[in-house]
Amino acid sequence: MRREGSPFSGLGTVFVKELADNLSSARMLVLELLIVLTALAALYGAIDNLRQSTAEDPFLLLRLFTVAREPLPSFVAILGFLIPLMAIGLGFDAINSEHNRRTLSRILAQPIYRDALLMGKYLAGLATLAVSLAALWLMVIGLGLIFLGVPPGGEEVARSLAFLVIAIFYAGVWLSLAMLLSIVFRSPATAALVALGVWLFLTVLWPMLAPAFAQVIAPPDPRYAALGIETPDTAIWSQILMRISPNDIFAEAMTAVLSPTTRTLGPVFLEQLRGALMGTPLPFAEVS
Amino acid sequence: MSGSQNEAVTGPDSVVIAARDLTKRYGNANAVDAISFDIFRGEVFGLLGPNGAGKTTTILMMLGLTDISLGKVNVLGFDPARSPLEVKRRVGYLPDSVGFYEHLTAVENLSYTARLMGLSRSERTRRIEDALERVRLADVAHKRVATFSHGMRQRLGIAEIIVKRAEIAILDEPTSGLDPQATLEFLGLIGELRAEGITVLLSSHLLDQVQRVCDRVALFQAGRIVMMGSVADLAAQVLGAGFVVEVEAEGAGIARRLAAIPGVTNVETLATDRFRMTADRDVRPEAARAVVAADGSLRRLSVDEPSLEAIYARYFQIRPEGRTLDAA
Repeated sequence: MRREGSPFSGLGTVFVKELADNLSSARMLVLELLIVLTALAALYGAIDNLRQSTAEDPFLLLRLFTVAREPLPSFVAILGFLIPLMAIGLGFDAINSEHNRRTLSRILAQPIYRDALLMGKYLAGLATLAVSLAALWLMVIGLGLIFLGVPPGGEEVARSLAFLVIAIFYAGVWLSLAMLLSIVFRSPATAALVALGVWLFLTVLWPMLAPAFAQVIAPPDPRYAALGIETPDTAIWSQILMRISPNDIFAEAMTAVLSPTTRTLGPVFLEQLRGALMGTPLPFAEVS
Repeated sequence: MSGSQNEAVTGPDSVVIAARDLTKRYGNANAVDAISFDIFRGEVFGLLGPNGAGKTTTILMMLGLTDISLGKVNVLGFDPARSPLEVKRRVGYLPDSVGFYEHLTAVENLSYTARLMGLSRSERTRRIEDALERVRLADVAHKRVATFSHGMRQRLGIAEIIVKRAEIAILDEPTSGLDPQATLEFLGLIGELRAEGITVLLSSHLLDQVQRVCDRVALFQAGRIVMMGSVADLAAQVLGAGFVVEVEAEGAGIARRLAAIPGVTNVETLATDRFRMTADRDVRPEAARAVVAADGSLRRLSVDEPSLEAIYARYFQIRPEGRTLDAA
């Protein structure tokens, strides 16, 4: 049975209200502070490292994102952890807190569909994340310019913009999961716990489990093992399974976008290397 | 859209809500079981019954907030299952223990819902100011709702319905948990809504309040409407013939004289000077005359209004066992 009226009526109103709530909330302040501090620490390590080593690198700016110096991981690796946390932090109580505060039925009694409420809340959360990620991105580029003193090329800017878009998309994935859990579970604490559980499972446990499952699906060939290399089938299965985790896909996307010398994310066959100039960057247009 | 979309019952113009065999099924259990009723423009209609009897589910179906399993309901000419937005534009709903955004002020809260209604800025400001004045919250209009008492929140809920200019106001358990003073104020507001011609649907288990404000009531039990009508009708149906007059007077042969009054069906002697008479009308004037004629001294003369509480208690005592209890 079709319902009449637009599912989008009221969407803008919900979006504006939720965005205002998000931006003024204490939680947002804490998350932003956390992300800025960690980014600064990671960048400090990277800049220190880059100054000493590579003056000739044509992609100096991109190295900012990926270079790590012990004991700090690279900026991208930190983001891989922090973005899900931010998104879960914004989304885990989106709906159930409205239900618990008894505002949900009052709002739904207004002439809007629940789609408008969900969509408005989601877009507001995504916009909040996009604003803070964009600010972070500008900060990294700006600091890079100041400390390294090398103007970025067009290709570098394009690649780092792609990085920003992918990061926002990645945040959107976790935000939608957190919001889904906030609908399923009445208690915000349960929703938060489950969301964090899923996140931990996919980032910590899954990378260990996926190769094991891959070996079950495609048992390793002893002939390859004798040569000391991975069986191609097993490796491919392992990669397919790994990609279930958004964290892994994010990491792969980051490798592809930010490391210009990357040619493939999976196992490389000799066939594919024919005509390739080893160590040369792949043009950005070829990345996708 | 086209008229064929409104397959639901279309009654005469004065019927604002018409339900026919409305059913809500959860699994195998029927939360609401084939209920039918008509609500007329301008009346205060009470839904009453124990918790879990299906009152709130019925309300949610009328608003299109939950799917209808079977049957039809028509609200102001619209089918809530098809055009919930049209219904919700015209119907104000105050849910059970309503909540507001604590960090926003009263005006900001109302302004949010007014924006969802699609009102223009100037219209919003005007209506909100007016509504807060009417529910006597104008002096706290710019205070955060976190500082409001329960009664103030309920009044803010009424203000929202006023801002909306709803034709029908649906109030779900609006007075539960209010102190007597706040309850009185709230019932006053319901009276004001009614005076404006707004149809009010009131769900409650607080009987004397329902009785005080409702024109008609529907008694819910286990998903069915077991009785519907005005309080007087229900009283006649459940409690039997109408008026119980108590007389306290001293004098000889009073009981005999009271029994002789036309219309009196029974006189009980409670004590030597106290009598209870059952009659089909208010016989107090005749009773007074009878006492004076017997040269007695009349000390008290009272009539028991038929109370919903008595009806309710009696009804739910009688039905589950299927046998009639003796009158006390």
